[in-house]
Amino acid sequence: MSADWRRYLRPGVTLPFCPGCGHRLLLRHLLTAIDDMGMDIDQMLFVSGIGCGGWIPSPCINADTLHCLHGRAVPFAVGAKLANPALTTVVVSGDGDLADIGGNHLIHAARRNYDITVICANNMNYGMTGGQVCSTTPVGATTHTTPDGNTFNPFDLCALVRAAGAQYAARYLVTQGPELVGAIRRAIGIKGFSFVEAVSPCPTQFGRQNHLDGVKEAYAYVEALTIGKAACREPASPLDGRLLVTGEFANE
Amino acid sequence: MPWRRVRSVLEPGRHYFSGADATVEAAVAARCGYFAGYPITPTTEVLERIAVRFPEVGAAFIQMEDEIGSVCSCIGASWAGAKAMTVTSGPGFSLMQEGISHAIMTEAPLVVVDGQRAGPSTGQVLVGGGDVMQARWGMHGGMPTIALAPWSVQEMYDGTIRAFSLAERYRTPVMVMAEAATMHLREIVEVAPEVDLYERDKAPGLPPFGADSPDGVPPMPGFGEGEKLLVTASTHDARGFRRTEDAHTHRTLTARLFNKIMMHVSEIAEVEEHYLEDAETAFVAYGFTARSALAAVEELRRSGLKVGLLRLKTLWPFPKDEVGRLSERINTMIVPEMNLGQMIHVVAEVARCKLLPHQQMDGTVIYPASLIDTARSVVA
Ligand SMILES: Cc1ncc(C[n+]2csc(CCOP(=O)(O)OP(=O)(O)O)c2C)c(N)n1
Ligand code: SF4
Ligand SMILES: [Mg+2]
Repeated sequence: MSADWRRYLRPGVTLPFCPGCGHRLLLRHLLTAIDDMGMDIDQMLFVSGIGCGGWIPSPCINADTLHCLHGRAVPFAVGAKLANPALTTVVVSGDGDLADIGGNHLIHAARRNYDITVICANNMNYGMTGGQVCSTTPVGATTHTTPDGNTFNPFDLCALVRAAGAQYAARYLVTQGPELVGAIRRAIGIKGFSFVEAVSPCPTQFGRQNHLDGVKEAYAYVEALTIGKAACREPASPLDGRLLVTGEFANE
Repeated sequence: MPWRRVRSVLEPGRHYFSGADATVEAAVAARCGYFAGYPITPTTEVLERIAVRFPEVGAAFIQMEDEIGSVCSCIGASWAGAKAMTVTSGPGFSLMQEGISHAIMTEAPLVVVDGQRAGPSTGQVLVGGGDVMQARWGMHGGMPTIALAPWSVQEMYDGTIRAFSLAERYRTPVMVMAEAATMHLREIVEVAPEVDLYERDKAPGLPPFGADSPDGVPPMPGFGEGEKLLVTASTHDARGFRRTEDAHTHRTLTARLFNKIMMHVSEIAEVEEHYLEDAETAFVAYGFTARSALAAVEELRRSGLKVGLLRLKTLWPFPKDEVGRLSERINTMIVPEMNLGQMIHVVAEVARCKLLPHQQMDGTVIYPASLIDTARSVVA
């Protein structure tokens, strides 16, 4: 893995994440992918919504960044891309931002197949507002708004955007560095709508509420929740709320 | 020089247009590069004409999934260097408020046309004028805005072109508060051979969110220019760094956003005077209602009554000096509105004469006859 990812950090910025936050790893993988690809960073635009996930590009990445309204990163990115098609446009935001309040924009952008990449930092809750339930929260998990455990099935975001028309979707844990870097590279390289879901533990909010007493336990929890595509019986059925399938899901 | 004179895209001369047609042609004339919208009566015709016209002139058009997406994508396009516009009506205007506040906070030029219908909620698709306060106070946080009130198809053309220049000059969203009646009205529009446009100030390297003066408008870089922009609608310093817990930064930023509009009211706000030289009674009217007011004034003048009209071409910032000065030399101001009383409150803040409301909100325009009755009740 390239050691050069740090040169894309905005000078003077202290990374705003809690100790052990998965978002920090995702930032590193994203910048590593960009470095590997030899991208011209001045022709890239990073768009994010509101939430801890929205802080991954803004202010951390030293490139053009657009920090938007909660849930609206995708339409801001679509407007910028259509106005200046030369911009390699990457949305990086939280699961609540992209899938809950912004879910309609997400599926329509996939359907229209805009040439943008959306990277979702899925920490299975709303970290920034203190740990509330999200459309990605596993069944049974505790949050401040599901004190007796979440009873609703979570979205399979990769399946959702693929059904809507995404050219490419992939899901990996932030601890699967090489796989995630590879997926981000492929996503950015694809012409059309591409989606990468990074399962990114939130030890501070989700972890504490689910009695995961340290960073290690928070990571062990998401690892136990995921299963590789190859090991998964076909057809993968993650919508039972227990398993997240990792791998690449290119639209055949 | 930020002002640039360019040839009109349309053939100069007379054109027979609806207000919706004129809105589209104004966007084309102003070199608008991006339009996003969502169909809603009475502005759907704007979308439909843009769907044809924008591809012809190489501008981007998209029908978005809703009005939130429309306004947000316009802000993205604006930061990517395009002049951007969206068009809607009441319900959609409500959905756009958070986006408008983002554009104000990030100082993104943008034109929002509201073809007002009778609210609240879905209400009627017929004419209304109930969004004029929303254009000033609709967003949370309460910052000054710029809003125009066209009264004719000609002004849908000229006023919308001006809206683009105001948006670029002050780096702010500009709202064109049209009404369903003007959108559907058909009139002759005079197209000049040339049009003057204010183009975005560029000064590479200068801070995009700070100015030397407390009422300054910073130059505006765009994405892809190597400026490594940090654009956020959270409280930010001159370079765009978030300072969300710093009172001084918030005060400095919001004071400048306030001053850049409110210290330039005389350059922005426009009024038009009709028969006011010797008037004792005056209508203070805006938008379509001002047409009826002028017809009423002319009729009343024929019977020798000293009545005039002050037309507010700009609603926000409110032309309070002009209204205040007029109120000192007349007895009564009549404020007709297609709502249950909105601008009359602002008139009342500055008027030093008697005030009479004339309010109607039922999906029909206010006819001259009813205004004549109201005026006669004052003069008698
Ligand atoms: C319109 C609006 N509603 C609510 C909020 C409050 N809010 C801020 S961040 C957030 C949730 C963020 O969750 P997610 O996108 O998953 O990001 P995370 O913090 O978990 O990384 C909410 C509800 C807001 N800023 N704007
Ligand atoms: S609250 Fe959670 S998501 Fe937010 S920075 Fe802390 S650990 Fe990361
Ligand atoms: Mg989250």
